[in-house]
Amino acid sequence: MSPLELIGFAFGALRGHRLRTVLSVAGVAVGIAAVVALTALGEGARRYVVQEFTSLGSNLLIIMPGKVETTGAMPFGGVAHDLTIEDAQAIAQRVGGVVRTAPVAAATETVQAGDRGRSLAILGTTAEYSQVRQVTVAAGRFLPSGEAHQSGAELVLGSKAARELFGAANPLGKTVRVGPYRFRVVGVLAPKGRSLGFDFDDLAFVPVRTAMRIFDRSSLFRVLVEMRSTDGLDQAKEDVLGLLRERHRADDVTIVTQGAVLSAFSAILAVLTAALVAIASVSLTVAGIGIMNVMLISVTERRAEIGLLKALGARNRQVLGAFLTEAVVLSSLGGLVGLGVGALVVRLFVGIYPTFPATPPVWAISLSIAVSVLVGGLFGVWPARRATRLDPVTALTGR
Amino acid sequence: MLELTGIWRTYVVGDSEVNALRDVFLEVERGEHLAVMGPSGSGKSTLLHILGCLDRPTAGRYLFDGREVGALPDDERSHLRQHEIGFVFQFFHLLSRLTAQGNVELPMLFAGVPRDERRRRAARALEAVGLADRAHHRPDQLSGGQRQRVAIARAVVMEPSLLLADEPTGNLDRSSALEVMEVLEEMNRGGQTLIVVTHDPDVAGRARRVVRMSDGAFVEGAV
Ligand SMILES: Nc1ncnc2c1ncn2[C@@H]1O[C@H](COP(=O)(O)OP(=O)(O)OP(=O)(O)O)[C@@H](O)[C@H]1O
Ligand SMILES: [Mg+2]
Repeated sequence: MSPLELIGFAFGALRGHRLRTVLSVAGVAVGIAAVVALTALGEGARRYVVQEFTSLGSNLLIIMPGKVETTGAMPFGGVAHDLTIEDAQAIAQRVGGVVRTAPVAAATETVQAGDRGRSLAILGTTAEYSQVRQVTVAAGRFLPSGEAHQSGAELVLGSKAARELFGAANPLGKTVRVGPYRFRVVGVLAPKGRSLGFDFDDLAFVPVRTAMRIFDRSSLFRVLVEMRSTDGLDQAKEDVLGLLRERHRADDVTIVTQGAVLSAFSAILAVLTAALVAIASVSLTVAGIGIMNVMLISVTERRAEIGLLKALGARNRQVLGAFLTEAVVLSSLGGLVGLGVGALVVRLFVGIYPTFPATPPVWAISLSIAVSVLVGGLFGVWPARRATRLDPVTALTGR
Repeated sequence: MLELTGIWRTYVVGDSEVNALRDVFLEVERGEHLAVMGPSGSGKSTLLHILGCLDRPTAGRYLFDGREVGALPDDERSHLRQHEIGFVFQFFHLLSRLTAQGNVELPMLFAGVPRDERRRRAARALEAVGLADRAHHRPDQLSGGQRQRVAIARAVVMEPSLLLADEPTGNLDRSSALEVMEVLEEMNRGGQTLIVVTHDPDVAGRARRVVRMSDGAFVEGAV
């Protein structure tokens, strides 16, 4: 019996028992699809977190008002001093290795364009911000530079915000209102997605002093400091802390770097990775048990056929070969369908949440295929092997 | 050709034992036509299964052409079933997913007969049982008698020296039964040894020798 005839016989058996074949393939496929979809989501979550914190740039210091590292109250029981635009300027001038700083004030407010309104995150900052955070403008320009303009009435819109407020119309030069204040749209950003907790496509930038005035803020939300290089980041951090301690007469700011953030989140990343492995092993086990059941049932059902083949003179080896071929074809088919369905589910999910980087990890795909073929082959052959050990009549009559 | 000496076949059912065959002696010459009769449950099928190497005796000796068959390894018993023995089951045992042609080809498939020759020989066997026009029907599209004849075609297609038929006419009307017996007897005339289990005295009457079983043993002693 040639291998080709063996495969022909196996396919004949699969075609001959269509319902059972479809159910088996479906059983295998569900397990594999679960592995693919779940690990894709898990991996997506992990990547999302990593992406969020590596998008910072490794040469960036972020200064936040308030001390979060010390556990107790502020020194002398005082409250945190305001973090001001002047602080940002002082850092730019007096700390070595600093390229530029960008002060940031933040609020959420409704932006009104004609009769359309939209609630947006509004960031008050300076022209330097676009360089520090590498923001690209798609049309017009970013906020104008220079001290005089820090109190201006210019406004830059994120791509989605512009679309929602102006539709197809060109927003450049148009007037929008934030509360009673009027702004002129000078630029629209290129799409960028989320970063540092802000959706850059759905926000607006205004000059920093204007923002602090209309939102009635005395302290900045952040000061971003861009360093010339990654080296000496720790020294710069100390220098900045020293400078601000001198200016505020207190240790009342927190400085974070990408490295610090990443290491702070490494615990979370480790948990996410562990969760991913757990998800994969649970779904692999479920898939494996599903395949096992399907094969056990389908082969046990066919004990009589094994008895008949033996009665007609088939060797044990030939019978096992036929059933192994069948099992491998069945579980590979199920594996392929499962991969397809899993990929489709991931595709649908990404369609709904485009920024979520869901892709099934390669190891999960190869492992799930290996498991389906291995388990399928094993449990397709094992009961068949038991049946071939019987005398033909015993297998045939099922007693 | 066949020689059974002191054959026992004992089934253990729960705590009790059932002796389907008890101390059976039988000799069959090459080319003989033998009929086995007896009431239901008397052990006829069990005897035939042992003769066909489909089952092993609990005790006793079975010589096939002088060879002790019970002691043979599995593969050699397979070889024997493949080339020397054709078995027509009481309940047909056709594969429902295959056509009549496919079922008749089955023993040749596992014997490694090339495809074209398989086709040719299966067609010839089906023609011999008068089913040439039903070759591409599946078992569920055939009548009981037609299925029986497919089973016979499958049993003879490897041209075995021993043909065993377990009630081949049990499900047939008189004229079909006659046709089937004609086919089997034709093979017998060609030199094949034929052993038929039957309830039908007419069928048994066509055999050269008739043995009767009762409660697992031959009634008229060893014959
Ligand atoms: N696998 C088995 N387990 C237990 N008892 C069995 C088994 N096979 C057969 N028997 C018993 O052995 C005895 C002989 O059975 P067998 O099938 O040989 O009878 P038979 O003469 O062919 O009957 P029938 O004419 O109804 O086909 C019966 O009593 C039956 O119950
Ligand atoms: Mg019987």
